[in-house]
Amino acid sequence: MRHLLTTTGLPRKTVTALLDSAEALKQSLLGREVRKLPTLRGRTVVTLFYESSTRTRVSFEIAGKWMSADVVNISAGGSAVVKGESLRDTALTLTAMGADCVVLRHPASGAAHRLAGWVAAHVINAGDGTHQHPTQALLDAATLRERLGDLNGRTVTIVGDVLHSRVARSNIELLITLGARIRLVAPPTLLPWDVAHWGNALASTDCDWPVTVSHDLDAALPGSDAVMMLRVQAERMHGEFFPSGREYAISYGLTEARLGLLPEHAVVLHPGPMLRGMEIAHSVADSPRAAITEQVRNGVHVRMAVLYYLLAGRDDQAPGEEQV
Amino acid sequence: MSSPSGTGAVGAAGPLRQRELLSAAEVARIVARMAHQIIERTAPEPVVMVGIPTRGVPLAHRLADRIREFGGPAPVVGTLDVTLYRDDLRRRPTRPLRATELPAAGLDDALVVLVDDVLYSGRTVAAALDALREYGRPRAVQLAVLVDRGHRELPIRPDYVGKNVPTSRDEEIGVLLRETDHTDAVMLRAYDRGQR
Repeated sequence: MRHLLTTTGLPRKTVTALLDSAEALKQSLLGREVRKLPTLRGRTVVTLFYESSTRTRVSFEIAGKWMSADVVNISAGGSAVVKGESLRDTALTLTAMGADCVVLRHPASGAAHRLAGWVAAHVINAGDGTHQHPTQALLDAATLRERLGDLNGRTVTIVGDVLHSRVARSNIELLITLGARIRLVAPPTLLPWDVAHWGNALASTDCDWPVTVSHDLDAALPGSDAVMMLRVQAERMHGEFFPSGREYAISYGLTEARLGLLPEHAVVLHPGPMLRGMEIAHSVADSPRAAITEQVRNGVHVRMAVLYYLLAGRDDQAPGEEQV
Repeated sequence: MSSPSGTGAVGAAGPLRQRELLSAAEVARIVARMAHQIIERTAPEPVVMVGIPTRGVPLAHRLADRIREFGGPAPVVGTLDVTLYRDDLRRRPTRPLRATELPAAGLDDALVVLVDDVLYSGRTVAAALDALREYGRPRAVQLAVLVDRGHRELPIRPDYVGKNVPTSRDEEIGVLLRETDHTDAVMLRAYDRGQR
């Protein structure tokens, strides 16, 4: 595998190989005093972030460091970007200095895809605008698999700001690849146009498009195996999408009462950062049904697996196609 | 598969010639003999049998079963994936990772017996020694292999050998085990030079 840019068209065996490897990594680092693997010694990973981030950037940094890669962090605020340098020039500069892998977060959808065409280094999309965030979807799938087992036939309800959410887009496609069904619940203003029929536009999906859309959270919760709460992305909202935060919380917030509507085994996910009291209640976020800290923990192992597949071997092959 | 050209991986064209080196009955007898040798050298101290995936793992379990059966001190069995410690990762396509499961008590002061199916260059065992170090400081580490095919590239020597098989580098040893291949046998496969 050369780059990880999107979950669109990612074959099931590739996804499964990445998730299995993440599980093996998690398992073999469990309870170890020395959490350091020599695998990526001498390789340089640059995280290039044009948007603020805590968990994703730190997660990639820890993943790289635990595998002995040299990790360099660059945030746009403190770099030549403020002097007006373009993404292309910044990236070419970084690869000229020996970066083997660029982890890019950028406010423009498609930025990682463009970058992959410009540089020789491996590119990992760590979030591009409202488009994709593939490692987030992988870590969500890893967490769901851990709690629920096989995702085939499971129903995952995604709630909230789907319109601005790259997390939702990456998750929808990845979870469908793994055999899950998706329910989207959001106010009409926060849903992408015609999302229930996106499957027709994706020639790469050989399955149908098991996505339903509703505006009624209470009706969607019973029968959900997992519910994924999305952050309300105020920074991307240039307009009035709902009357007030309180009204949003009343209609679409995951409250204690709504938690009771979920089946006993159902898992609550949130990609973070959480707006407690807005999309998720304090007590729900801290309940044992929520897997939010597990998501963060799995994020490190999933990103280790991605770095392993991109950087460790000869790159003429996708995960899941190894000769065993 | 733990040894790159030791086992498995039959080329698309298939081997030119293959013959059976060991039958199922012979594999069983050899495993029993190795178990006796391990008891002889280690009893009364219990050993930790650490299998290297893929086929070292079922072998470690079989040896442990025989040791228990023959009245030796009951061994603990673990699994150690050495992929992340290999020195040849960059030379070949990415290998899938396997689970590592070692006794919760750790390996400090334990007597560890590494188990693999085929000993060839010795690089897998070298990687295993590196990996073991991260999990503790065993009192001693021994090595048990079903087949030693020669061609060592590192100063590594097995303590228990099922069968020594002189091979050429063009040949391949295929170890088949019930747990992974539905049958027990050891095959010698010969290829044309350059085919692989």
